[in-house]
Amino acid sequence: MTETSLTTKAAPETILLRPSRGWAALNLMDLWRYRELIYFLTWRDIKVLYKQTVLGAAWAILRPIITMIVYAFIFGQLANLDSEGVPYTIFTYVALLPWQLFSRAMSETGRSMVSNRNMITKIYFPRLVIPVSTILSGMVDFFIAFVILIGMMFYYQISPTLAIWTLPLFLLLTLITALGVGLWFSSLNVLYRDIGYILPFLTEVWKYLTPVAYSAGYITGAWKIIYSINPMAGVVEGFRWALLGIELDSSASLTMSISIGVAIVVLISGLFYFRRMERTFADMV
Amino acid sequence: MTDLAIRVNDLGKQYRIGLAPERYKTLRDSIVDVVTWPLQRIRRGLAPSGEDYADTIWALRDVSFEVEQGKVLGVIGRNGAGKSTLLKILSRVTEPTEGEVEIRGRVGSLLEVGTGFHPELTGRENIYLNGAILGMKRSEIDGKFDEIVDFSGVEQFIDTPVKRYSSGMYLRLAFAVAAHLEPEILVVDEVLAVGDAEFQRKCLGKMSDVAQEGRTVLFVSHDMSAILRLTEEAIVLDDGQLVYRAPTVAAVDYYMVSGFSEAGERVWDDDEIPESAAPFHPLAMRVCNSNGQNVDVVRSTEPISLEVEYQLAEPIHGLRVGLYLMSARGEYVLTSFDTDEPEQYNNYGVRPAGHFLSRCTIPPDLLNEGRYTVGVNASSFRVKRYFMDERALTFTVDGMGAPGKQWAETRMGLVRPRLNWQIEAVEK
Repeated sequence: MTETSLTTKAAPETILLRPSRGWAALNLMDLWRYRELIYFLTWRDIKVLYKQTVLGAAWAILRPIITMIVYAFIFGQLANLDSEGVPYTIFTYVALLPWQLFSRAMSETGRSMVSNRNMITKIYFPRLVIPVSTILSGMVDFFIAFVILIGMMFYYQISPTLAIWTLPLFLLLTLITALGVGLWFSSLNVLYRDIGYILPFLTEVWKYLTPVAYSAGYITGAWKIIYSINPMAGVVEGFRWALLGIELDSSASLTMSISIGVAIVVLISGLFYFRRMERTFADMV
Repeated sequence: MTDLAIRVNDLGKQYRIGLAPERYKTLRDSIVDVVTWPLQRIRRGLAPSGEDYADTIWALRDVSFEVEQGKVLGVIGRNGAGKSTLLKILSRVTEPTEGEVEIRGRVGSLLEVGTGFHPELTGRENIYLNGAILGMKRSEIDGKFDEIVDFSGVEQFIDTPVKRYSSGMYLRLAFAVAAHLEPEILVVDEVLAVGDAEFQRKCLGKMSDVAQEGRTVLFVSHDMSAILRLTEEAIVLDDGQLVYRAPTVAAVDYYMVSGFSEAGERVWDDDEIPESAAPFHPLAMRVCNSNGQNVDVVRSTEPISLEVEYQLAEPIHGLRVGLYLMSARGEYVLTSFDTDEPEQYNNYGVRPAGHFLSRCTIPPDLLNEGRYTVGVNASSFRVKRYFMDERALTFTVDGMGAPGKQWAETRMGLVRPRLNWQIEAVEK
């Protein structure tokens, strides 16, 4: 640590506390100054995630695998949905990875303000630290489940395409979307506890609006544009493209831009809304 | 010119009533609000700018004061006077509604020690986590780790999850972390009320260290003797307003004499009285000081009067109404009944129906400082126990002016009588 500006006794900084009104500046530098707190909270969440469970981190693998088996049976066998030439199991599994990362990150973040209320009502720190660290800690499960995916690809002898370098970008898009939506829900949840009831339901509906259990190829024409308003549709298609080599259709660059644009708008509006509501959190939560 | 550490200017904090009991609203309420809003607006008249709505209260208003660097300021006031709100604003947890505060330096708060402690994590892990939450850098925690562990006295359990700790250990560890934060301004709220005497001594010691190092301390407590011991100056808050600022001795005096302290009264509601109590019907119990004022804090050097008010629906044979006095730790100090004296016993063989007050006086210079619990008992010996409430009310005995107060130490024992000591030189 070389930065010691906070502890230098010679020049204590002066803080002015006064009521703020309207929209506040984002002040993301604050977040940087509290990066160690983000690190520790992420580390705490990871550390306690599977404490006192018998199977421990195996849950990170079991969850997508069991869902995959159920989907493979219902959608692959019974409904006989098309999986674009690859085995249905891996077709779904590849989609489940970003989806489960997203859905958990969204719902955990949505609840994070309320579940950390004892910190919020007692200590000052930039409130953004909480949703950000919640999102980061959710990535552990993703990476564990990803290892299984590599094994499955070996088993089915599927080699990734050159487009695999885009995978981190799709992962980033997942996180941006989850954080944006999570910020909206976490601030709203402080005011309206209805959010706690809406979240599981919304996750369920959202999943069917995302091509997790089926191929995006079923959606065509103008519908495709509307469909891509959901950034997770773009993410799932991107994952399948980068890992399994499933071709994107001709309108991909347009739909992908829509997905990315929507994600960024949601994130930025979420950040501003969160900052605006943040000052009342301690009084309302 | 001396440097100011804190400057508070016309500070106010408004809360909406109903926020506390029913803390959040549902979406449905909001929709209903939107629909009925114009109606409410008309009914409310033309209240300007949202300030004077009937459903809001000012937890703090028009509070202005300054604290110089290196000063230790006491904050006194009864519950709900705005002390906690003030500390919450100073520690940046909540925003003021009006006015402003200027703070020079990092503020460390001991508002609630152990915030963010996770039960599943070990003591070691929690030190790092809690340190980070309180705003310490990792390098800073590394450097103070041994000192923190040493101060907490939980070395052997440092790698045990804190959920296995006793509440005392948990608290000591939590306080140790907080105490090693080195802020320019330290805000302390009632932490000393917990823990055993030994630990309290340690905490008080740590606090005076902090003050001697030239850092600023704001200390809130109900314990007047701690306030007197640790602070030079104090402010008195009442009903959200700053009503008095003076050197600590004068401020404490003002607070106690003007009866600002919480009323030491217990009133029994009908649903708290079992049916078996009839025909005895307890009404209230009170603690009063020598001026006859109903108070929560009494001085050990003054007589303390305790009274029970009750009604009898029918005459009762051999009724005795009495008290238990217990220390905060549950040790009995005394038990006494209103018909203990033979004369009273003979006068009240049968107590007639009516409204009564049984009052006794605890002589001055008897109780040691501390918090006491009073229990009440109404019974006829070996016939029936009509009513009993072992914890009817509590009050604090303040030791200001008690024997031996020139030494800032906790005196062991429940009583602190003024004994007649003689010192004689013995010649060989």
